[in-house]
Amino acid sequence: MSTADGSVLHKRSKLKKSRNGQKILVGITFLIIPLVLLFIFTYLPFFKMFQFSFFDMTYTSKRVFAGFENYIEVFKRAEIFGSLKLSLYYMAGALIQLAVALFFATLLSFKIKGSPFFKGAIFFPFLVCGIAVGFVFKFFFTPGFVLDTMLSWIGFDMTRLPYWLQNVKTNNIALVCTSIWRYLGQNMVLFIGAIMSVDPNMYEAAEIDGANQWHKFFYIILPSIKTIVLLNLILSISGSLSAFEAPFVITKGSFGTATFFVMMDRIAHQSQKVGLASAMAVVLLIIILLVTIGLRLFFRYAFNEGDDGSGMSKRSLKSSEKHKVTSRKGAKI
Amino acid sequence: MSSTTGMSITAKAGKIFLIAAKYFILAFASFLSLVPIVVCVITAFKTPDEYATTSVMTLPGNWTYFQNFVTAWTKANMSLAFRNTFIILVCVLIGSILFSSMLAYVLNRFKFHGNALIRNLFLFATLIPGIATQVTVYQIMYSFGLINSLNGYIILLLGSDVISIYIFLQFFENLSESLDESAILDGCTYFGVFFKILLPLTKPAIVTCMILKGVSTYNEYYMAQLYLQDKKLLPVVSTSLFAFTGPMGNQYNFICAGVLITILPALIIFILCQKQIYNGLGAGSVKG
Repeated sequence: MSTADGSVLHKRSKLKKSRNGQKILVGITFLIIPLVLLFIFTYLPFFKMFQFSFFDMTYTSKRVFAGFENYIEVFKRAEIFGSLKLSLYYMAGALIQLAVALFFATLLSFKIKGSPFFKGAIFFPFLVCGIAVGFVFKFFFTPGFVLDTMLSWIGFDMTRLPYWLQNVKTNNIALVCTSIWRYLGQNMVLFIGAIMSVDPNMYEAAEIDGANQWHKFFYIILPSIKTIVLLNLILSISGSLSAFEAPFVITKGSFGTATFFVMMDRIAHQSQKVGLASAMAVVLLIIILLVTIGLRLFFRYAFNEGDDGSGMSKRSLKSSEKHKVTSRKGAKI
Repeated sequence: MSSTTGMSITAKAGKIFLIAAKYFILAFASFLSLVPIVVCVITAFKTPDEYATTSVMTLPGNWTYFQNFVTAWTKANMSLAFRNTFIILVCVLIGSILFSSMLAYVLNRFKFHGNALIRNLFLFATLIPGIATQVTVYQIMYSFGLINSLNGYIILLLGSDVISIYIFLQFFENLSESLDESAILDGCTYFGVFFKILLPLTKPAIVTCMILKGVSTYNEYYMAQLYLQDKKLLPVVSTSLFAFTGPMGNQYNFICAGVLITILPALIIFILCQKQIYNGLGAGSVKG
């Protein structure tokens, strides 16, 4: 009896030891590949970027130490640093996009016939691949083609319309519009998710108190989804500094549409000035970090919010899924 | 008495007007959203004659004229492009689901020194805009000889994958630990617990990852054109349309057909998995 007990205990401790060994083995085998990938494709390039920015080099040639020359060039060459001005277009576009997305999300969150169609139609452009977007809009903006024809229907003289993508007055606005076309639906779907998480009882209570649609929006919906809206605001503003895709696929940055990153891509891969391009990346990264931190501090000060949106939005998204289920059930009944 | 009925009539009229305005705005937005693509459909079915002579908004005479699609398919080498994209998708999806679920399992279930550090390393990685580091990533790929290599491209896509990790981390947090504990007491190994018990339970997270990662991989254009430069041998769907730049740059009847071919798989997936895409987008955006 006692010997049997002893052997059981012995077995247990052995099992425990082997379990600890197992844990270490599993831990290492499961972690090693993702960590190596993270190091090679995120942190190694990140640190190399700082290193390269102090050299005069191409991808293949010898490196010559250049000190701060690359950085001086970034600020001195008007076409490089000046391209940051284009971000203002994208920033304005991003703000419009957020406002419109919020508007449609609010409309579609309440009972409305055909809402799956409207939602799908506005969202679908998000799923069209980059170069297809490029061709679609080159076609769309070609003089005498889609946009011009539609404008002629409502009375514009087709011969007096500008060359949308060549004219410096219109081309950046046209590109911002395509960017809105592509990403509006994504924002809208996010906001719909957040609005669904608002407790429906609050609307009923408000209706009894005589609230109209505007009251509902400003006093119930907006405060409830404030965090996710602010988070998206920060992301859009800092994101507009790194605007890239629309000019890259549609105009390739010609006729004064080259944003900072389009310029950087050209300098790195066509002119092969790797050092200068790295310095550009470092400069923009610092600007983006400063803007992001600044905005977070500002919103924390202004709204007492926005400092840690992730936790909140996570919670609201989770509950939003539950609400979706319940609201669907409710609708069927 | 009469004044109150008058009020209610104007109120009713106002309400009807508001509802009409709502539908009008939504219909107009949907129109703007779809018109660039619908025009492509119209143009893709036109014969060269029609394309040359009619306005872009005129409907084609014959909706069964598929020659443009055939031309686009062969000119852009779509058979090879779809084959390559399929290989990439399968490898990236399997790899990314396997690696990120394993990582999330260890980070969520095992307590060890450095756990928080690893989480923070992944969190900080999300703050760096992807394009910013592409200059040096290119140099690294170049020095490994991974430019113009399908394997290299797959590894690169696996390496820039933080969203899936967060989806799985979130999922494991909501998965009760009593499951693994009882399995361990029954003599199951940690490998067994993960592969036999937990992984099958993460199906919703797997579906979300497949959709988000699948869509972003299928649509990835910048990295594809940078790392798969040999467009004769290594076209993927997102770069295959490159064949239409240059001399064919204004033959939009072919181009539109090509564009539609690349959009069609996305459309089918969208119609089939609408709900999962909307939900997945919410889940992915939390830390994306």
